[in-house]
Amino acid sequence: MHPAFSVIFLTTLIGAGQGLYLAMVTGQLYAIARFLPAQTDQFYAIGSLVALALLIAGLGASFFHLGRPERGWRAAAMWRTSWLSREVIILPLVMTLVFAYGVAHWFGWTQPLFQVGAALQVDLTLLLGVLGTVASLALFICTAMIYAAVRFIQEWHTPLTVSNFLFFGAASGFMLAAAYSAYIGNPLVTFYGTWAVILTLIALASRLAHLRRNVRLKYKSTVQTAIGVRHATVIQKAQGATGGSFNTREFFHGRSPVLVKQLRMIYIVLVFPLPVLLIGLSYLIGSSSLPITAFFIQFAGLLIERWSFFAEARHPQNLYYQSVA
Amino acid sequence: MTQLALVIDLNVCVGCHACVTSCKEWNTSGWAGPLVDQNPYEGSPTGTFFNRVQTFEIGTFPNTETLHFPKSCLHCEEPPCVPVCPTGASYKRADNGVVLVDYDKCIGCKYCSWACPYGARELDAQQQVMKKCTLCIDRITDAKLSERDRKPSCVLACPASARLFGDVHDPDSEVSIAIRERGGYQLMPEWGTQPSNHYLPRQKMRLHIDPEELTRVDNPLRREDLTDYTGEETLDDVAW
Repeated sequence: MHPAFSVIFLTTLIGAGQGLYLAMVTGQLYAIARFLPAQTDQFYAIGSLVALALLIAGLGASFFHLGRPERGWRAAAMWRTSWLSREVIILPLVMTLVFAYGVAHWFGWTQPLFQVGAALQVDLTLLLGVLGTVASLALFICTAMIYAAVRFIQEWHTPLTVSNFLFFGAASGFMLAAAYSAYIGNPLVTFYGTWAVILTLIALASRLAHLRRNVRLKYKSTVQTAIGVRHATVIQKAQGATGGSFNTREFFHGRSPVLVKQLRMIYIVLVFPLPVLLIGLSYLIGSSSLPITAFFIQFAGLLIERWSFFAEARHPQNLYYQSVA
Repeated sequence: MTQLALVIDLNVCVGCHACVTSCKEWNTSGWAGPLVDQNPYEGSPTGTFFNRVQTFEIGTFPNTETLHFPKSCLHCEEPPCVPVCPTGASYKRADNGVVLVDYDKCIGCKYCSWACPYGARELDAQQQVMKKCTLCIDRITDAKLSERDRKPSCVLACPASARLFGDVHDPDSEVSIAIRERGGYQLMPEWGTQPSNHYLPRQKMRLHIDPEELTRVDNPLRREDLTDYTGEETLDDVAW
């Protein structure tokens, strides 16, 4: 498949935005349980604002993917059958909840509304936080299912696609939360950094399992089933177009296999070991800049990872476009 | 229920591309706007086509065979491109089973093209909407046309009559009989998309001649009775 930069930025930016928001809510939950010192409302509010900015940037990138962006609102129509439609509905919902969560913290609307059990004081921010978390997880699933639901692209048609999107997004979001804490000198950097490392390692396991699966993939369609001729040797001589077509542009990445392989190596280094080492190093030397570096390195790696995710995918229609005469 | 479709006879397709050009001519001139042509006279012309003829070589020289393979939307009975469309622009007509795109609703997200294993859909680079074969829906539903002309442009153009058009759900239609009696098959059956268009396989015409057949038993010019007679009795002498 052709890796479109609009979609690469959409999926990575909203992934980091959702992850950062999940990190903020996680921090609040830990503080309620008194595992962590309570933070100022401003900490959560600014964190949510950054998450919202990432979600808006991702949404903005997505419009560049559309041929007719002015009709984008129509995409909410077919939510019963289309994962893309579901994503289009849930993304603004997540943005609204993230915004509301940030606003509730900013204005300090933290008076308990009701009490659950003996100790749990439920306020507006907690309610919004829980709702936003559910919506964020649903958005991860919708975004990933857009790809995982295309059964013809066998590289994508696996639950591992969903776990990749979820854990990559969460890891980069928690990494960003660590960077944010480090930037403002908040002691939570250790908490977020540890979670970022854990999530990064889970993402690594998921992605490696995905790569391993795809190496062993057996393709359902062959050129024989594509044209219905039972012969071992079928060579395409003409594809019905001299200078290529939409089919040759949209479904091929057009780069050498060597480059794809090199980029795979590069993102595996940038996304996994390097940020983990930097976070570990930042604990040892107490650096406040290393978590920030770790986030940017991981995010750059994630952009390459997403490019690779598209480049790896082989669409069965390519069987009809094997050579130009 | 009616399911209109094409049946393409690979046995007679000569790869002349008449269906391609007539399709382009008809569909670029219609109410839906032109099918874009970019760099038509330059080194790498490209553009939107609903129908393309591809060529495959089967076997290794000298035992090769050339296959010309016209390829367009197959109007699947279970079209995977329709449910993925977020706007509902892609739909399958209930009355005749033709899969269509509403060009006024399409947002050009290309998701349907990912969900088509046949590569039948092309995004128009000018209008930025997804386009595909309509089976010339504006011809085949036009009651003002005579019965003969109420067919897709490609079918009318084919000089070899390699393209048949009709209702594949009607067991007595020309297309159904052709599929049934001449081994019509679907493309990529492994995906369960149930394409309505069928292809008729190439059939080698072979004449089997036994050596005995080279001599006519009832040749009127054959010299019969090659026995040399030397005065003995024959059947003619005892029969009367």
